[in-house]
Amino acid sequence: MPALLATLFLLVPLAGLLVRAPWRGLPHILADSQVLDALRLSLVCASAATAASLVFGVPLAWVLARSQARGITLLRALVTLPLVLPPVVGGVALLLAFGRQGILGRLLDAWTGITLPFTTAGVIVAETFVAMPFLVITVEGAFRAADRGFEEAAATLGASRLTVFRTVTIPLIAPSLLAGAVLCWARALGEFGATITFAGNFPGRTQTMPLAVYVALESNPEAAVALSLVLLVVSIAVLAGLRDRWLSTGAVA
Amino acid sequence: MRPHPSDAVPFGDHRQEAGRRTSAEKPDGALVMSGTVERGNFNLEADLVAAPGEVLGVLGPNGAGKTTLLRALSGLDALSSGSIRLGALTLDDTATDTFVPAERRPVGFVFQDYRLFPHLDVRDNVAYAPRVQGAGRRQARVAADTWLERFDLTDLATRRPREISGGQAQKVALARALAAEPRFLLLDEPLSALDAKTRVDVREQLRSHLEQFPGPVLIITHDPLEALIMADRLLVIENGRVVQQGTPAQVARQPVTQYIAQLVGLNLYTGALDPATRHVYLDDGGTFTVTFNDHDPAASAEAGLSRHRVLVGLRPSAITIHTAQPTHASPRNVWKGTVAALEQLADRVRVQVDAAPPALVDVTPAAVADLALQPGTGVWLSAKATETEAYPDPGSRRGS
Repeated sequence: MPALLATLFLLVPLAGLLVRAPWRGLPHILADSQVLDALRLSLVCASAATAASLVFGVPLAWVLARSQARGITLLRALVTLPLVLPPVVGGVALLLAFGRQGILGRLLDAWTGITLPFTTAGVIVAETFVAMPFLVITVEGAFRAADRGFEEAAATLGASRLTVFRTVTIPLIAPSLLAGAVLCWARALGEFGATITFAGNFPGRTQTMPLAVYVALESNPEAAVALSLVLLVVSIAVLAGLRDRWLSTGAVA
Repeated sequence: MRPHPSDAVPFGDHRQEAGRRTSAEKPDGALVMSGTVERGNFNLEADLVAAPGEVLGVLGPNGAGKTTLLRALSGLDALSSGSIRLGALTLDDTATDTFVPAERRPVGFVFQDYRLFPHLDVRDNVAYAPRVQGAGRRQARVAADTWLERFDLTDLATRRPREISGGQAQKVALARALAAEPRFLLLDEPLSALDAKTRVDVREQLRSHLEQFPGPVLIITHDPLEALIMADRLLVIENGRVVQQGTPAQVARQPVTQYIAQLVGLNLYTGALDPATRHVYLDDGGTFTVTFNDHDPAASAEAGLSRHRVLVGLRPSAITIHTAQPTHASPRNVWKGTVAALEQLADRVRVQVDAAPPALVDVTPAAVADLALQPGTGVWLSAKATETEAYPDPGSRRGS
């Protein structure tokens, strides 16, 4: 019985979304330029955040998985902190670090004239901060589980460490890498708290889909439902895409 | 005879890195190791020489240090002390702080589990070494195809490793290792992953490929038959120490430890020799009259016999079982015991006899019936002195 209640509790709101969706007006609402802007911005920023997470997160995951250094356990705990940290807190922390008066933000402003808060780049930074740990823990697990024997075999065949990483390690963990990237992308797409705190809510510049939903709920509830529907569809697509890989988390497909 | 790989492959030398090849060294060098490897609590100590073209079989029980030895030779692990040389090329030397890592050693390694890259097809597995050593994609594939042809694997070129059989995977693993044009070859139990039937076929092919390889070859096995067939010389390792080296015939005839004696199917006894009477007073009880090669200067020079500690090897088929005390004219060793167990082998019965010394005896099934042998039966054992050969016990010199 509690299980049934739990199921209903999880599914009824989603069903409500479908029931109340303004199906007839949907094309019209979604064609609205502000909605399109939010959608485009969300896709661009989530993709950029995922790319940044891949570039920096994969090497980090490798270090976490393979380093024998002391303190690596502490480092792992710290870098995965954003997983459990309230995103708003993340946004505040980002402001303190990269804000115009922040520790790093001040230097960045002085040297390059670039300021991150309340810019599209700021959205990407906020999303990366929140989403990268999802990629890191997924890929780290894969590095850990990957059979070192293949890397040794590659070494005896004359491959340098970097070549081994590129031609053997990465292909071997490719399924987990993809899963981690999709997870990271989905998390970035739905990011709200850190984004609104650090980057604000400027249509066309920093207003992503979740922010647009929040704003629309007050002025135009139908549009909010329509936008929510789009995010729901994306979520379902991600879930379907991940299911096979996520449920069988072997390092070698 | 197959030409040397570099004659057949159009881009023979793509190993320009330091360590791979220097002008001063001889083209074919012996692999010489003298040193120790420490891995946690385990400690391997080995002195060995493998000549070019020689197949050195490495025998030993599980956990003896065979794989540790191969990992040190390949550069996957470093020596804790000592050195490894290939001809004039130093691969590892703790005295001069030299260590050439695996990727720059001219080594070919066939792993026990083959370790074919699952994300590459057979051709790209074999093309891997030429590719990472600087050949273009097409060039590397041409080289790979040459090897696939040589190993009769052309039909499998586009298959993934999981789509081929164990015997085929073994051949691909060897072809992949050889495509790196190594100057020495290491094989870690290359046939142990195969079923018995496949093993016989693959063993024959592997033997002929190894025969044609111009450099030193080390092959780990714990199958005595495999070792006897494949190896020119055997190296036996137990508990991280080399306990015996020699030709397969020597090792089979004069095993120095119980492990080797069991592998080759001999009763092995230790004892003290009185050279004057040719009596050996056995540690397990009893006395044997023996023969020994006192004309062999090496044997006396090694001082094994003069120090009186000897080993006595006795074939199970050289012992005769009697139900009454036998009387014979020729000098024989006769002793009394009780049948402990009987085991049916292919065409004979192995009788385990509790006695001083204990013995395994091979008899025909008919003899078991004639003598009414069963556990508990009291028996007499006899063996001709000429079948009872004593030789120096190297273990006694180590004081173990």
